[in-house]
Amino acid sequence: MKTLWSKTYHWINERVELDGLVEFMGKKYVPVNSHSIWYYFGGVSLFLFIIQVVTGILLLLYYKGGEALAFESIQFIMSKVQFGWLIRSIHSWTANLFILTALIHMFSVYFGKAYRKPREITWVTGMLMFFLAMGFGFSGYLLPWNELAFFATKVGTDIAGAVPVVGKPMMVFLRGGEEVTGATLSRFFGFHVAVLPGLFTVLLGIHLLLVQRQGMSEPLSYEEESPKERKTMPFFPNFLLRDMLLWLIVLNLLAILAVFFPWELGKKADLFASAPAGIKPEWYFLFMFQTLKYIPGKVFVFDGEVLGIMTFGLGGLLWLLVPFWDRKSSRGERNRFINYIGLFIVLYIIILTIVGWIL
Amino acid sequence: MAESTEPMDTQENRRDFLKYFLGGGLIAWLAAILYPMMAYLKPPKQAEVEVTSVKAGKVGAVEKDSGTIVRFGNKPVILLRNAAGEFRAFSATCTHLDCTVQYRKDMGLIWCACHNGRYDLNGRNVAGPPPRPLDEYRVVIQGEDILISKKA
Repeated sequence: MKTLWSKTYHWINERVELDGLVEFMGKKYVPVNSHSIWYYFGGVSLFLFIIQVVTGILLLLYYKGGEALAFESIQFIMSKVQFGWLIRSIHSWTANLFILTALIHMFSVYFGKAYRKPREITWVTGMLMFFLAMGFGFSGYLLPWNELAFFATKVGTDIAGAVPVVGKPMMVFLRGGEEVTGATLSRFFGFHVAVLPGLFTVLLGIHLLLVQRQGMSEPLSYEEESPKERKTMPFFPNFLLRDMLLWLIVLNLLAILAVFFPWELGKKADLFASAPAGIKPEWYFLFMFQTLKYIPGKVFVFDGEVLGIMTFGLGGLLWLLVPFWDRKSSRGERNRFINYIGLFIVLYIIILTIVGWIL
Repeated sequence: MAESTEPMDTQENRRDFLKYFLGGGLIAWLAAILYPMMAYLKPPKQAEVEVTSVKAGKVGAVEKDSGTIVRFGNKPVILLRNAAGEFRAFSATCTHLDCTVQYRKDMGLIWCACHNGRYDLNGRNVAGPPPRPLDEYRVVIQGEDILISKKA
């Protein structure tokens, strides 16, 4: 066994020089400090993404696109296919947990100023992946073609349509026509299973490569300490094993959620029915949804909804570009202003999500 | 050397010519690839039958103090009947973000569940985020039939 293993290694090594890679992995250390716990959330997000790929491919084997078939095919998966209920519930739960862990990962990087030079590209690819994740959530939500999804898509694409100049053509492009119909379902299916995964995989490759190449960022305060005082842990196997233990715990949590709180399918979409009372988007869109409720129809000369959308758009853009305007952190100086902004955003999101949930 | 026998500006001209020729060719090539792709993304206009009026049922079948969604071509229209028995009809598409509105007996209003938009029974936006009133449709009673048509 041992010789077979070393023979195989030797065979590959002769051709592609694995030694360099093994040496690099062996010398890789992860900083140990009081903030180390946050290092695990990126890894958990990666694990959840892998689960989405696997369960997504499994769902593809039975899912049928189209207005007349989509809802029925999920019904079939949930009731007839062996363990179909489990696969679908895990896919839906993982989608939500992924957004949650990615959010935690993002805010921990933000507050640790880990985006500062030289890790700007890692931050930007991460943020782009987060936007794609929201696209995954939004497009995947429509695929069961139920009542809630139908109206969520109408509202979401209408919001895109309110953007000045490019909005209208973008809305028609997303909907595959003027209205949300079966054509929209076909497009969203294509985005969800082909376009978004392709883009995401490229970004993920760059993101992981940079993390491996540059190593983990440390909080600014730790950089002042002498190298002797700084503690580290080998990435392989110590950190990796810890990562995997956490992955195992997350997998168990998913199984519990999927079994005891299976994802509902709801009522099939009816293009000629009123929006049901109590309609809500997924929780991660809730703070924006709730904000739109509070903005009046007209603010001075502006359309309230356009103003809200433009504010969120601008906020998102500034957030994406934070490594480039926070010059202080890049120079290694403290920047409390960044913390205040971050704290305000976290509180805003939490409070409006709770208000949106209760009301 | 062969190059030195030619004057410098001839050489420059040739270089410029090649630069523009190849550069222009590259742009034309890109356009020839991108244009069909962009055009493909734009959904074709479906030939729709222009609906100008629909029969929405019998007067006797609609309760007083009620609201129902009626198909008007591919658009939803809300048909209201007040306590006095009079009919009115409005576009059922909320002017805020495109949800379909409903009649709320308990509020005596037209209500949108998505963002809590409210309209009175004349279709005027009275509370919440809707920026405009609902478009009104004309209701004509012909014998027992309710006819809904677009206002000119």
